[in-house]
Amino acid sequence: MTISLKVNGATHSVPAEPDAPLLYVLRNDLALNGAKFGCGLSQCGACTVLVDGQPVRSCVTPAGSVGQSEITTIEGLGSVQKPHPIQQAFIDEQAAQCGYCINGMIMTAKSLLDRNPHPTDAEVREGLALNLCRCGTHNRIVRAVLRAADTMGRT
Amino acid sequence: MNAPMISRRTFTAGAGAIVLAFSLDPKVALTQQPAKLPGDLETNRMLDAWIRIDADGNATVCTGKVELGQGIVTALAQIAAEELDLPLARVHMISGDTARTPNEGVTAGSQSIEHSGTALRFAGAEVRAILIDAAAKKLGVAPDTLKVSDGTIGAADGRKVTYGEIAGAVDLKREATAKFPPKAPAAHTIVGTAVKRFDIPAKVTGGAAYVQDMRPDGMLHGRVVRPPRYGSKLDSVDEAAAKAMPGVVAVVRDGGFLGVVAEREEQAIAARAALIKSAKWTLGPPLPDPATIHEHLVSLPTEDTVISEKKPAELGAAPAEAQVVEATYHRPYTSHGSIGPSCSLAELKDGKLTVWTHSQGVFPNRANLAAALGMGPADVRCVHVEGSGCYGHNGADDVALDAALLARGMPGRPVRVQWMRDDEFGWEPFGAAMVMKAKATVSEGRIVDWNYEVWSNTHSMRPSEPGGVNLLAAWYLADPKKASTPRNIPQPAGGGDRNAVPLYDFPRQRVVNHLIKDMPLRVSALRTLGAYANVFALESFMDELALAANADPVAFRLAHLTDPRARAVIEAVARKAGWKAGEKGGDGRGRGIAFARYKNLASYVAVIAEVEVDRASGVVRVPRAFAAVDSGQIINPDGLVNQIEGGIIQSTSWTLKEQVRFDQSGIVSRDWASYPILTMPEVPKVEVELINRPSERSLGAGEASQGPAVAAIANAFTHATARRLRDLPLAPARVKAALG
Repeated sequence: MTISLKVNGATHSVPAEPDAPLLYVLRNDLALNGAKFGCGLSQCGACTVLVDGQPVRSCVTPAGSVGQSEITTIEGLGSVQKPHPIQQAFIDEQAAQCGYCINGMIMTAKSLLDRNPHPTDAEVREGLALNLCRCGTHNRIVRAVLRAADTMGRT
Repeated sequence: MNAPMISRRTFTAGAGAIVLAFSLDPKVALTQQPAKLPGDLETNRMLDAWIRIDADGNATVCTGKVELGQGIVTALAQIAAEELDLPLARVHMISGDTARTPNEGVTAGSQSIEHSGTALRFAGAEVRAILIDAAAKKLGVAPDTLKVSDGTIGAADGRKVTYGEIAGAVDLKREATAKFPPKAPAAHTIVGTAVKRFDIPAKVTGGAAYVQDMRPDGMLHGRVVRPPRYGSKLDSVDEAAAKAMPGVVAVVRDGGFLGVVAEREEQAIAARAALIKSAKWTLGPPLPDPATIHEHLVSLPTEDTVISEKKPAELGAAPAEAQVVEATYHRPYTSHGSIGPSCSLAELKDGKLTVWTHSQGVFPNRANLAAALGMGPADVRCVHVEGSGCYGHNGADDVALDAALLARGMPGRPVRVQWMRDDEFGWEPFGAAMVMKAKATVSEGRIVDWNYEVWSNTHSMRPSEPGGVNLLAAWYLADPKKASTPRNIPQPAGGGDRNAVPLYDFPRQRVVNHLIKDMPLRVSALRTLGAYANVFALESFMDELALAANADPVAFRLAHLTDPRARAVIEAVARKAGWKAGEKGGDGRGRGIAFARYKNLASYVAVIAEVEVDRASGVVRVPRAFAAVDSGQIINPDGLVNQIEGGIIQSTSWTLKEQVRFDQSGIVSRDWASYPILTMPEVPKVEVELINRPSERSLGAGEASQGPAVAAIANAFTHATARRLRDLPLAPARVKAALG
């Protein structure tokens, strides 16, 4: 079987069964490292990607269910050379320890800021309530999202 | 001929200005015993094991310590760059590789700055002096007339030589002498600054940052099948059915070890599920009843050690009006709970095995892997690649053996194994459940007698422990290997008894450690080892005694403490939080203080926590916490704040929510629903004050705030409710029961 996916603006054909979790197709077929395997149960958020702008847990999303929707991964936001303002804010705030959860934090924050460009501190915390961090970097992550909102609001 | 060619050089202090006085010191040349060298130079004595100067004048710096998300590689680079007078961008770090770096054991115990940092500081100073010496010869001038800036050595007359130009003329394949004083702190321009971490840009952009992200050509995906519970034996399994599934390359069975290798990751996961279904096991012994686990542990045979005793003869009996206070505290089994399950890649090629691992100790891991696989250590190379944060001994070492066992049968094909979520929660070694009993006598506002006992399993069953193979799969092979005999890490650092000896000055005290040798649940090192529980008990008890003495908790602590640095962090945090002696709690709100010096020899930390208790639901919240920290000389203040704050938040999660769930059938908390942790809206805001002491040596900080945090929360709970909780976690059911 091959399935066709639109990822970060390009269409790809991959040799996977439709029921293969999107996470493994993104990571292993398209070599996109950003989305992470954390639980495979939609509980931790490390695998979050955007499908038509909505945050989706790619570990429980069958690759064949996405159709021609636009999938955006963290690689589609920006790069080390040209980071997205949210990514830049995470660097500026040094908002990572191990960093394994950060993909999910950034992708969830992206959809949050798309809906609500000027969230309060409490709104950011609520917005990221379903993304787990184990190192205790939470407050820096919140500061990074607020910083990104500020940067994006000014440009 | 190992006698050092240059045995003594003396230097004037000051950045870049150096006087070299050569003389052969016969005492050194004739000494039989090698001189004691600082930090891990002592065990890795060759300069070029640590630092090499490349032809382009950049430095390649090697450390046996590894990045676990704590920012250590950046901090070590700062130290090396500082001493070498190179910009940070020209220092290339290599860490944790049995083929390329010094053997520095395990990255644990908040010791990397002390061990590896000290080695790099002295090695860097020595390499710089050797380069200056070579430049002086080349330029025909005295070394003390030379100045170094950004890896270029300049003479007074304007001539310059770069490190790259003289790299070929210096031989760093020589034993370090540590006779070249590192820079004075006042001259530091890189150390002590909040340098941005090297690893973060890749981590926020989807770069290849983790062993999980490795994807070499020809890679296969492996998964393993673990038994239903500890000690079970595999009777039968339908290997053929799994083998016939799409993409499956091999089913590997060796005794009770069972795994599968497939072309695609989801195929390996599907085959694992099929194997789980068809596997028939003879179950191992049932686990103890969780309701009485602490009583059960205390009833097991112990090895007892009096670890501190003060009983001065001149002290008579306590006066009649003295109060005796007693309390018993409990800590449950706690999971590391890494967000990313453990992962490893292994490849067998031409009889040599390479394993990419996020182990905290690549050398001990190599030794255990070799023993489990029946290979020579020289035929196994372990290369550290970062994983998800581990917070101690999680599944990292175990999954390396899983990957090696699967890769062994398919030479030339790298096999990547990542544990599933239930593998990690079900099989990782937990932080041990513990029991702490305290009894003290208070007279005229002072503690006159202190008795403390702690019962615990070992807190280290790592591969670095001698006399066994401490890798999960090794115990289930057809030719099984035995684990090490558990032992306690001796004082002063301690294991189960870490921080069991109070830093306070009591006239009479007795502290006893009871090492429980039977381990009904698998346990090993979790961040802080026993310190989290001991500081919880000790500092809760200090508040209980302050209450008995009708004293303010801050004043009561200071009255029993002479160490000026300990006093300083308590006073600083009280100031920062606006602590008021005698301030009333109540109405579900309160605050509490606690203090510890981690291991009694690393960083000093005092924490004040604020709590809110919802009587109806029993939910305890910690909206805010304050900390004051003395880590001696600070290498990277932002990194230090990150560690202290992270430690407080992680400890808040342990304290309010966490306990491994099990019943007699096995471990039952196998996902985030059954093992909940603190979420974003529940996280306290944290304010950290750093007390920098540039003239004092750096002290480990990565595990320094967890103990004070738990006790500050417990004390704040009492301040808020006038009830004392001595069992962790402070979960709703327990809180409701306490509040009646």
